[in-house]
Amino acid sequence: MKILVAIKQVPSRESQLRINSTGQWIDESDLSFEINEPDAYALEEALQLKEKYSGEVVALCAGPASASQTIREALAKGADRAIHIEEESLASLDTLAVARLLAKAAETESPDLILTGLQSDDLGFGQTGVVMAELLGMAHATIIMHVEKTDSFISVKREMEDAWFQNVQLPLPAVLTIQSGISKLRYATLMGIKKAKTKDVKRLTAGELGVDLQPVISMQRVYAPEKSKQTQLLDGPPKEAAAKLIEKLKFEVRAL
Amino acid sequence: MSGVLVFLEQKSGVWNRMSWEALAAGQQLAASTGQPLAAAILGANAAALAAEAAKYKLDELLTVENPALANYTADGYSAAAEQVIRQKSPDYVLFPHTYQVRDFAPKVATRFHQLLVSDVIDIKQGPILVRQLFQGKLSADVQFQGAAPYFLSVQAGAFRADKLEAAASAAAPQAIDVQMDASKIRSQPGEPFRESQRAVDLTAANIIVSVGRGIKEKENIALVQDLATALGAELAASRPICDNGWLPMERQVGSSGQTVSPKVYIAIGISGAIQHLVGMKGAKTIVAINKDPNAPIFEVADYGIVGDLFEVVPALIEAVRKSK
Ligand SMILES: Cc1cc2nc3c(=O)[nH]c(=O)nc-3n(C[C@H](O)[C@H](O)[C@H](O)COP(=O)(O)OP(=O)(O)OC[C@H]3O[C@@H](n4cnc5c(N)ncnc54)[C@H](O)[C@@H]3O)c2cc1C
Ligand SMILES: Nc1ncnc2c1ncn2[C@@H]1O[C@H](COP(=O)(O)O)[C@@H](O)[C@H]1O
Repeated sequence: MKILVAIKQVPSRESQLRINSTGQWIDESDLSFEINEPDAYALEEALQLKEKYSGEVVALCAGPASASQTIREALAKGADRAIHIEEESLASLDTLAVARLLAKAAETESPDLILTGLQSDDLGFGQTGVVMAELLGMAHATIIMHVEKTDSFISVKREMEDAWFQNVQLPLPAVLTIQSGISKLRYATLMGIKKAKTKDVKRLTAGELGVDLQPVISMQRVYAPEKSKQTQLLDGPPKEAAAKLIEKLKFEVRAL
Repeated sequence: MSGVLVFLEQKSGVWNRMSWEALAAGQQLAASTGQPLAAAILGANAAALAAEAAKYKLDELLTVENPALANYTADGYSAAAEQVIRQKSPDYVLFPHTYQVRDFAPKVATRFHQLLVSDVIDIKQGPILVRQLFQGKLSADVQFQGAAPYFLSVQAGAFRADKLEAAASAAAPQAIDVQMDASKIRSQPGEPFRESQRAVDLTAANIIVSVGRGIKEKENIALVQDLATALGAELAASRPICDNGWLPMERQVGSSGQTVSPKVYIAIGISGAIQHLVGMKGAKTIVAINKDPNAPIFEVADYGIVGDLFEVVPALIEAVRKSK
């Protein structure tokens, strides 16, 4: 089974974000980056499927040259090779254009399965995988917790609202969007890290892929959210703040 | 070519309540763009549900019935939605941002060479759509470019169903015919099921102490458990804590866990992602303890302590004991 995994590099979760001078995106200059969280689980799922059913795992990433750090980590964890669509200004493309780039690059690989994360931590459109499926004419299922394969189809467990689940059978080839936390992530071994250096990374540019990049939406402005409530911040050293809070809960809220 | 078309969601004859929030967003968008409003119901027995939708102010109520729509499939629902949109040519197509919509609406938008602007929290004049970035840490104003139709889905709780304008006279449902080819439906859905027994009923708790990934390690859970015990509270958690197996699934609060509305909800080391907020926004008093003053949880908190939970929580335990 040939499995393609779409991985995106995003600012690390604990980053302090600052708006850049154009007001249309964040200042990325001194941030650290990591793999988008659900994509790490998509990669893990791909590696486990390969271990069970044999085959190949190919990491697919659209991002700036610096994304090669995240690609290397995927290779060190066990992806066999990677495709890097090098694009410095990802923020200027919309999600449809990015999905078109990823789909075009995926097409030449004829994978049996494409795994993506269910949502990116930065943009959070939650749809790149579904759009890729439509562009490639593949079946798909979203928010996947478990994958099993038989001879003719795959069976997946979908998450639904309020802790409901559903099993769905799909023919291959298919696209699945993977939920965070569905398994335990592996660490790269020293051997893996060493091997990653010799693994093939195919570099492509948006120009080479020749897809329509015309944006259908534009992000005008990025800003700190407007608050819906006035928060009473209780300050001072922890002891003092804690005492103030308990007093509030006792006398204002009357909950104690 | 004009109009606002809202797709309402139902499963086996039961409404998804977010449908009404999407309809409220539709009424707002129709009013601000001066366009007529239509709502569509897809299903095997869509017409049976029409009466409830007809209570609200709409220009057209469309029922799209077909046996192939009895159970949700992405292929079936995309094919039906696409045909309704082609027949009605609306400028704006609106959905509630449900799990089902996440599954098929992007596919429909792609067929029109468009993108679904998902999880919209506000619609300003323009229209300018507001959506969250970085799990709620930032907001962004988004505008459509080029020609219609434009696609958007609205976030749970962002538009108020209780603000829906009632109809002066009920719109007569109009049946829309769609051609469905059962052989084009590639997935076979099974029956929905639940896993955990829900031995813990968080909804009855007066006070909930809820812990997030800021707790760092399983061993530290005992610290928040101590606070819960001191307060006589139930212990709950964000999803990653339950995913890691540090607390059982039945203590998870949020869109894929329980929805609670206690008198006091104390969020400790929880960032406040929307999927968590929808499960606890209804609490009467929300307290946030987080070391990041910009964490989105503070947007809904009544009281907050910005600080290291490993210092604040022990101090709280002591303060509770003293106050007794
Ligand atoms: C389809 C879907 C369904 C989901 N369902 C749910 C759901 O039901 N429930 C749910 O909770 N989530 C759900 N999520 C996940 C959700 O999007 C968030 O990822 C999750 O809620 C984050 O959990 P967290 O706040 O504990 O972790 P993080 O986002 O990592 O936040 C940790 C917080 O702890 C703070 N912190 C760190 N160290 C300290 C310290 N020493 N002292 C004080 N504060 C500290 C940090 O500043 C940060 O704000 C769902 C996601 C999706 C896509
Ligand atoms: N630039 C990218 N490179 C690789 N994969 C991506 C990229 N953007 C999005 N994806 C994939 O699509 C998923 C959903 O992203 P989004 O639609 O932005 O929420 C992510 O979890 C990734 O798996």
